[in-house]
Amino acid sequence: MQELDTAGLGSVRVTRKSDNVVVLEKDLATEQMVLAMGPQHPSTHGVLKLECLTDGEVVTEAVPYLGYLHRCFEKYCENVDYPAIVPYTDRMDYLSGMNSEMAFSVAVEKLLDIEIPRRVEFIRVIVSELNRIASHLVAIGTYGIDLGAFTPFLFCFRDREHILSLLEWASGARMLYNYIWIGGLSRDVPADFNKRVREFVTYFRPQARELYRLLTENEIFVKRTKGIGIMPADVAINYGWSGPMLRGSGVKWDLRRNDPYSVYPELDFNVCVPDGRFSDIGDCLSRHIVRALEIEESLKIIEQCIDKMPGSEGFDPKSAIPKRIRPKEGEVYGRAENPRGELGFYIQSDGKSTKPLRCKARSSCFVNLSAMKDLSRGQLIPDLVAIIGSIDIVLGEVDR
Amino acid sequence: MEEGKVHSQSAEQSAAAYAVIKEAFGDAVSAFDANETMPFFEVLDLSRWQEIALFLRDNAKLKFNYMACLSGVDYPAEEKLGIVCNLESLGELGHKLTVKVKCARNGGSIPTVSCVWHTANWHEREAYDMFGMLFTGHPDMRRILCPEDWEGFPLRKDYQVQETYHGIKVPY
Repeated sequence: MQELDTAGLGSVRVTRKSDNVVVLEKDLATEQMVLAMGPQHPSTHGVLKLECLTDGEVVTEAVPYLGYLHRCFEKYCENVDYPAIVPYTDRMDYLSGMNSEMAFSVAVEKLLDIEIPRRVEFIRVIVSELNRIASHLVAIGTYGIDLGAFTPFLFCFRDREHILSLLEWASGARMLYNYIWIGGLSRDVPADFNKRVREFVTYFRPQARELYRLLTENEIFVKRTKGIGIMPADVAINYGWSGPMLRGSGVKWDLRRNDPYSVYPELDFNVCVPDGRFSDIGDCLSRHIVRALEIEESLKIIEQCIDKMPGSEGFDPKSAIPKRIRPKEGEVYGRAENPRGELGFYIQSDGKSTKPLRCKARSSCFVNLSAMKDLSRGQLIPDLVAIIGSIDIVLGEVDR
Repeated sequence: MEEGKVHSQSAEQSAAAYAVIKEAFGDAVSAFDANETMPFFEVLDLSRWQEIALFLRDNAKLKFNYMACLSGVDYPAEEKLGIVCNLESLGELGHKLTVKVKCARNGGSIPTVSCVWHTANWHEREAYDMFGMLFTGHPDMRRILCPEDWEGFPLRKDYQVQETYHGIKVPY
């Protein structure tokens, strides 16, 4: 056995496997590297920057940087009348404008003593549930793309197109609707709207099941998401998570059920939580499953609304809207279930002005994203993409 | 204890929750404002705010495990800045309560509660970003939405926007 002289080789690790085999390995420097992911990165879903401290392929810490899309929503609110804020709420979460308008209207109406006509309430629920489906379709489709599955994205956008056409027919716009006004609607739905919505529901139900089979039960997809980014229920609540994120952790909590507004108490639907059959409760796959199942529930809600909705005889969508919207003096925190979670508005009114003294938007994505630092610790970089995708952020709402 | 008229079941629950806090902290908290839309009380002794927050979260009769929202507010008439915290007992007792904390308008600071509710971490950063009160003990007290070298605090009522930012004209 010959001894090796490694003195002149620098930092080389010597392993003697047997008498004849000696393995020399270069001892690589493994210092940590800072890797900026975003703000221009396709899988950060917008202008989010993550400053990742990486040790090889492992992320030791990821710090989110926000504000690239900050448009001073709250300052703007203090300078315009209440009705002028509604179109701006569309621009916060631009994938679910109807739901944002609904949340803002619900909040302001708590300070106004008006009774909303029943037909208005049902139309509001129909359009916001349609919008919820459209939003979940984008979330599911882009999540597939993040993880390398391109086909579901095309399926999702094909069906989302039908919803956008319906909403365009009702409101005149495809994404930024300005349809739900404080106290009413900007206009009644077109004459055959209900018939066309029902046709859509009949058409879409099998498509939704196909999508579920295509992506959620796809083995590659499951391998990329199962057991990744697990968030226990109590920590999720402490982080203020809401919506599909919180339900993904197994907490049966839905504002439509637990703090009901509008006509939701009259409607029959399930609050979807993962049953743990093929996902680990609280992981990325669970959050995806909740969204996929919620599409089915929204379809159920839409059908019930069409059945229960009063007719359009003598109906004026603006009948309950006050001439001047001047809420009574006081404060209110009103909220509604957005596709991404709890969207709340804290509004302070002095009772004299037609502008709010203070209007704070509690953004669901902002709060859900704040857990990023804890979720990403010790994950691989490709898993980081899976985690961001499962949070389903819209930067327009994070930055406001 | 002035309670006023109790309007609904949820207002009754909030009043009951407040009674538990009043009993434990006495003069550190203000009287209960039992208004219809958002019943609240105010923390008068700033140094006990963290202790009160922990009590709100962990007491068996309160269990406010969920912070729905934390908003910064400017009170120019009182020369004060403040925060409004909307708390809720999610999935436990189901009641809600709002807590207000105020500090001096110039150079004021509030103890952080980000160690009690993680939600407060980013919301306190946002309140600092927009109003300029500091949160003592916060793990990461930086601006969050505005650029770090932005001048002034935009949501203060007397805010004057800076003329230029890195050579770019700001007001238009």
